[in-house]
Amino acid sequence: MSKLILAFCICLTTLVSPLASATTIESGKDPYQSAAWLSLKKEYLANQTFVFDDRVKVSGPEFAEDALNVPIKFDATELTSKSNPILKIMVLVDRNPIRKVLVYQPLKFEPILSFRIKLEQASPIRVLAQTKDKVWHVGSTWVESAGGGCTLPTGSRADGSWSESLNQVQTKYFVSQDQNSIRLRARIMHPMDTGLVSGIPSFHIESLEIRDKNNAIWMKLAIFEPISENPTLSFDLPANTPKENLVLVGNDNNGNLIRNEILW
Amino acid sequence: MVKILTPLYKLIVTVFLAFLSLPGYTADKKTLHYPKYEIEPRVIAADTYVIAGENDDFNKSNGCNIINTGFIVTNNGVLVINSGPSKLYGTQQRMAIEAITAKPIRFVLNLNLHPDYFFGNQSYSDIPIGATAKTIAGMTREGNAYADNLYHICGDWMAGTESKPASQSINPAGNELSKFNDAEHQFKLIELNGHTSSDLVLIDTKARIAFVGGLVFSHRIVTTPHANIKEWLASLNQLTKIIDDNQINVIVPSHGDIEFGMRGITETRNYLVWLDTLLLKSAESGLDLNEVIKTPIPSQFQDFAALKPEFLRNVIQLYPQYERNVFSK
Repeated sequence: MSKLILAFCICLTTLVSPLASATTIESGKDPYQSAAWLSLKKEYLANQTFVFDDRVKVSGPEFAEDALNVPIKFDATELTSKSNPILKIMVLVDRNPIRKVLVYQPLKFEPILSFRIKLEQASPIRVLAQTKDKVWHVGSTWVESAGGGCTLPTGSRADGSWSESLNQVQTKYFVSQDQNSIRLRARIMHPMDTGLVSGIPSFHIESLEIRDKNNAIWMKLAIFEPISENPTLSFDLPANTPKENLVLVGNDNNGNLIRNEILW
Repeated sequence: MVKILTPLYKLIVTVFLAFLSLPGYTADKKTLHYPKYEIEPRVIAADTYVIAGENDDFNKSNGCNIINTGFIVTNNGVLVINSGPSKLYGTQQRMAIEAITAKPIRFVLNLNLHPDYFFGNQSYSDIPIGATAKTIAGMTREGNAYADNLYHICGDWMAGTESKPASQSINPAGNELSKFNDAEHQFKLIELNGHTSSDLVLIDTKARIAFVGGLVFSHRIVTTPHANIKEWLASLNQLTKIIDDNQINVIVPSHGDIEFGMRGITETRNYLVWLDTLLLKSAESGLDLNEVIKTPIPSQFQDFAALKPEFLRNVIQLYPQYERNVFSK
């Protein structure tokens, strides 16, 4: 009897698995051979096409000196083109308890972003850029860590000062001497609680947008718990961007609003 | 039966012995059960000894012993400067001192709040241990976090170690070490800052020696968890003047090569000036943290000990303040 069931199971798996894998098309090999990537792929790339692609450049420190503030930058400019532009970019961390970090739609901005994350342990950091043809291009880097980033209370939470500065925004433009590079940096005061510290529920910024005076959206950013306290973000703008006064708007998961005029 | 078994038995024993003599195994056995620091007191002037730590980053192979400690044997007893990174270090340091002199240990000084300056204090529980009030407050505030960190890095070397802040608050102006003065030694304490909020310097104006603590890193990249570069540079200027005024011949920095202590002042100053300028310019041109840590390091600092890990820490610890300053401009 049991043999019969076993045989049935084997038949079932041989039947089902080729069907399942036929819908997710992948090429290339995970450079870090991470076991967690298998489930990450199942969760975020099921039924989609993806390729490991060096044109999505990801950089971070070799070691997470401060596990609460691990600086990461991605640059996918080599990948994007007029005919096949990047639609969105998703950042995932294989071995974090909360693995989704952000989803960026650069729209009028360059597909480049610098940010800081909390890292629970040594892990690959994945940056997945989806081009217009619906293909995901995966770039990765590896950061070593002694650990503890996601399950530690952040500084302003520990000293209780967060409520005085919640959602205050500072922004600044930096233009290189040759005018070819325009950078916009923003710092938003928020405790960014992961919900993984006992007694402190998840409390984080959910969405940020930059709009112009006609309410046209220049960039959209969804951010999640692993982004560090008081998110500090560096956006890059195309060289010929006109000097318009833009506005940064957003909200956190408790409904608190963020709004700030970005002045030149 | 016995005859058949004997060769087999011999073979098993031989294989087992061979396994025991594998270098990896014996080394592990040694560090796991009998960790021993290389504590070799060196005379640097009359009655003045230094126990040099490794010029490196904290790691398991050096047992987190990267500090230069010292002791001075006076007619009025022994004065110990810094008690090292662990209880084990303190115990072995004390044994080494007691093997050299029959004079009693009368006082232990912790020059700042960092763990390797005071984590051996448990081994001197019967002796007064002095530090400045600010330093004691810092040890009390951060001691447990230090312990977590060092246990994580150095494991068994730390066995039994607990943070035990200094027992006596000393006021440098009060000249509290005058009881140790004799024909050969005259002590003076000076409180400077910048490496931490309170950096104690001990000078012996007769032996012409200065224990300069964390203010000077000799051929080693500085550590900056509590640093303020502006104050640090000002303190180095003051220190240079103190050395000149008192005709000090030898300075003992807490980290790095002792032989080149004087050169260490210049090295520390040059590095701090370079680091300050780098962080300022980077913040003003809008670089993000991740871009600053990729900065190439000038050749004059390339062969400093602990270059990679400490430069990364320097930037991660200090850059956010420079960024904030630029944001608020």
